[in-house]
Amino acid sequence: MSPTPYLVLATLLFTIGGAGVLLRRNALVAFMSVELMLNAANLAFVTFARMHGNLDGQIMAFFVMVIAAAEVVVGLAIIVMIFRTRRSASVDDASLLKL
Amino acid sequence: MSPLAAVAAQVGETTASTAGEEVLFWIIAPLAVIGALGLVFSRKAVHGALFLAVTMIGLAILYIALEAPFLGVVQVVVYTGAIMMLFLFVIMLIGVDASDSRVETIRGQRGAAALAVFGVIVLLVAVTGRAALPDPVGTAQAAPEGNVYAIADLIFGRYVWAFETVAAVLITAAVGAMALTHRERLARRHSQREQSERRFREGDPKDAAGMPVPGVYARHNAVDTPALLPDGTPAESSVSPVLVARGATRLAEEFATDVGRLGPEPKPGEAESTAERPTEPSDAATSGLPDDSPAAHGTEETDDEPEQDGGDAR
Amino acid sequence: MNSIMTHGLAAQAEVHQVVRDASGLISSTWLLIAFPLLGAAVLLLGGRRLDKTGHLIGTAASCLSFVMAVALFVAMLGESGDARAFNVPLWEWFNAAGYQVEVGLLLDQLSMAFVLLITGVGSLIHVYSIGYMEHDERRRRFFGYLNLFVAAMLLLVLASDYLILFIGWEGVGLASYLLIGFWQHKPSAAVAAKKAFVVNRVGDMGMVLAIASMIVVFGSSSFELVFAGAGDAPTSWLNALGLLLLLAACGKSAQFPLQSWLLDAMEGPTPVSALIHAATMVTAGVYLVVRSAAIYDLAPEARTAVVLVGTITLLMGAIIGCAKDDIKKALAGSTMSQIGYMMLAAGLGPAGYAFAIFHLITHGFFKANMFLGAGSVMHGMNDEVNMRRFGGLRAAMPVTFLTFALGYLAIIGIPPFAGYFSKDKIIEAAFADNILIGLCALIGAGITAFYMTRVMLMTFLTSKRWAEDVHPHESPRVMTWPLIGLAALSLVGGAALLYVGGGIVEWLEPVTGEEHHDLPLPVAALIAITLVVVVAGVAVAWLLYGRRPVPVEAPAGNPLTVAARRDLYGDAVNEAVLMRPGQYLTRSLVYVENRGVDGAVIGAAKAVGGLSARWRRWQTGFVRSYALTMLTGAGLVVVAMLLVRLP
Repeated sequence: MSPTPYLVLATLLFTIGGAGVLLRRNALVAFMSVELMLNAANLAFVTFARMHGNLDGQIMAFFVMVIAAAEVVVGLAIIVMIFRTRRSASVDDASLLKL
Repeated sequence: MSPLAAVAAQVGETTASTAGEEVLFWIIAPLAVIGALGLVFSRKAVHGALFLAVTMIGLAILYIALEAPFLGVVQVVVYTGAIMMLFLFVIMLIGVDASDSRVETIRGQRGAAALAVFGVIVLLVAVTGRAALPDPVGTAQAAPEGNVYAIADLIFGRYVWAFETVAAVLITAAVGAMALTHRERLARRHSQREQSERRFREGDPKDAAGMPVPGVYARHNAVDTPALLPDGTPAESSVSPVLVARGATRLAEEFATDVGRLGPEPKPGEAESTAERPTEPSDAATSGLPDDSPAAHGTEETDDEPEQDGGDAR
Repeated sequence: MNSIMTHGLAAQAEVHQVVRDASGLISSTWLLIAFPLLGAAVLLLGGRRLDKTGHLIGTAASCLSFVMAVALFVAMLGESGDARAFNVPLWEWFNAAGYQVEVGLLLDQLSMAFVLLITGVGSLIHVYSIGYMEHDERRRRFFGYLNLFVAAMLLLVLASDYLILFIGWEGVGLASYLLIGFWQHKPSAAVAAKKAFVVNRVGDMGMVLAIASMIVVFGSSSFELVFAGAGDAPTSWLNALGLLLLLAACGKSAQFPLQSWLLDAMEGPTPVSALIHAATMVTAGVYLVVRSAAIYDLAPEARTAVVLVGTITLLMGAIIGCAKDDIKKALAGSTMSQIGYMMLAAGLGPAGYAFAIFHLITHGFFKANMFLGAGSVMHGMNDEVNMRRFGGLRAAMPVTFLTFALGYLAIIGIPPFAGYFSKDKIIEAAFADNILIGLCALIGAGITAFYMTRVMLMTFLTSKRWAEDVHPHESPRVMTWPLIGLAALSLVGGAALLYVGGGIVEWLEPVTGEEHHDLPLPVAALIAITLVVVVAGVAVAWLLYGRRPVPVEAPAGNPLTVAARRDLYGDAVNEAVLMRPGQYLTRSLVYVENRGVDGAVIGAAKAVGGLSARWRRWQTGFVRSYALTMLTGAGLVVVAMLLVRLP
């Protein structure tokens, strides 16, 4: 099967994830959208691995997953901290660096 | 040969005849897109998380179809099983009920975002659609002994340094998360004896034996519903102030009338029908909590000091 | 002036005496400086507990130095005529990259003469100041400054290296500044001190450049090496050195064109005017020129410049002295004029060096005498300085009158008083050199006679024009005895110096060399002409001021008088040529600084600030806006890559 449908699917998922980041104020949803974008990228990796007939793409996808796990741990900790101090999980409320 | 390798071998055979794969793809891909859209458009974070889980499982299936059975399994175990559960825990922690407002607060953000997303979709789809991609070679050549063996070979061979580095990153992330969420206890923890003495000295003498526990009813018993006093009025102090503050309590009257209605003609089938109620929005709060031990949970909530528990729960 | 040019070759042949290392008493020459320096340190650091005894300590320090000077003089007389120069090395100051400076003293006939003048006249003036400053509550400090001056002046004349000389040179400048401004509560005194300091800086710049040039040309600034190397140095460098040293001398000795500070310096206490601004410090320029004889001998153009400066200044000073009503300023004009004579003589080369020093010493006697006399008059007249308010003081202050009269006779050059011998020799040498210069010197002598007679008449003779509450009285003995001493020196000093034991010319000959010129007319005739001119000057003055009553208010006067009253527009010229353009320059620089430099800097800062204020709006603080920007940017990057890749 041609890789093109997989890549189009990856593109769609990626942009939908991007839209989630842009549109949702809830930090958790935005964060999940980021995970969706990572998954879309992984799909592209795996597709290309198969297309080229080697496993490097799969390895890369594997590392992306591990890094995503680490990122989620730290990111969720940060969200919990922000929620504790500001009583809000909205990313718009965390705009203190602006005057 | 392990079962995984068997699956991989089976999938590998299908590359010759792509019809099955195309069917699979055209079933899974719409589901994945629906899951992604559901994430973006659901008002509640919990729903979004569940939608995302759908997408991820779909992707796992596609990985297997793409001759990456190991990644498919890891996707299910790590992403859907671990990371998404972590998300759900945090969602529970910071308030599962809060549903987001649909009003956009940043002027022009929604329009500009729509424009940008549309532009990127058009751009990327056009690029991938126009690209003259060759037919896939397949990984049979690269993984003669099976996908898992080949991947293990690469990870512990050519990519061992990356692997070790990523391990260090994971450890660092774990320590970092602990450092971020750790809080020093500022005041000494009160012993049970001290709490009891204080209750006698300062509190209402009628509470000396303990605060009332939340309501226990025939069809519903939960920490979010106040108990009824002998005169029929609800005992507000039986519900945790955390739930009150969150607005997640339910009215005792609703159940009081239930008692009256259900009293004369109890039906065993009714309990089955109400079991679906947790899917309602307001019920979602309890979905993550154990329903089996209402009394034990209730006492803990009311007896313990609000300020200790409240900080985490609110 | 052609004859001056020809001196160079003759002078080259002359042999300077050998300088020996000192031994015995002479190796203690440093005590000369140490006594007054110690006195100054004790007085200035001692504080109020020395208020009662400070003047005695200061006077004792000066007198000890004088005793030491006399002892050294006697020791020097014991040596043979051409073996009287001694090098007194003290310690090595520094040795940097081949430039070595040895702190050492050079005691030879020239410095000996100066040491005796400085310590002798200085001690007399110290004694006089005890009386003059009796009622001043800062008398201790005054004596401290005086001692500091004596120490610095001695270092100046005893140094064996131009760099060490420069330390003394700056030291006397500092003392002069402190003493001119001693009555600092008077704005005029403070301003005058500042003016003296600033004008002297111009001269000091010449000195610094001269020393730097010496280091370049000779690799050293010590007298020994500089003079030894002068013969081999190019004439252009020697001329430059001579002109730079002349600039330094002009600053210190108030010679044209740096003469303007001396008249204002009379704001200081009168003993200061007598010691520093008449007898010693202002003659340091003459010392410098004579000491640098080895350079000037080989630099005829520079020497011509010295003669010109001296001639111009002697006429200028004399003219200014004619118009001043302030007795001290009239005397200050006279000082300028007399130092002009010395410079003129010094510029004549070996023919005039000795006479320059001779006149310097006699001038030190009689001018100090007259300044102290003027101080005595002021002391008795409630510090009045306007001569139009004096008159008829002869009876009230007989001692002051008599001593002043001796000084007067000395300065106008009546034989056998001191000035006659010294000034007459200079006029002779000037005539021998150049008729024109000689005539100027002769006219100067006539004008000197005129203005000094005017001072004499207006102060001590003619009718009384005192202010009503003034009761003139003779000064106390502590003031009159120094007057008497100086008057005696004015009377016999000239003849004694010229004739006793071979005289000063022979005494100085090993240092300065000697040269004779043939006069265009017999010496007796010249003396007669000079005397006639002097008597004519006296007669004119008597006709103008003696016969007619002197008006209390100054009459309008002719343009020359008006110009002379205003110091021949010296200040006006300085103001127009230097101060105003400097002011414009600094103001325009400030303007450029404020508008240009600051404007650019502040403008840039404002531009950045304004732009930042605008651009800040882009930073909403909303992470979603930033995410949108990122997404758009990433899309644009993809577009750009596609555009580049696509054919």
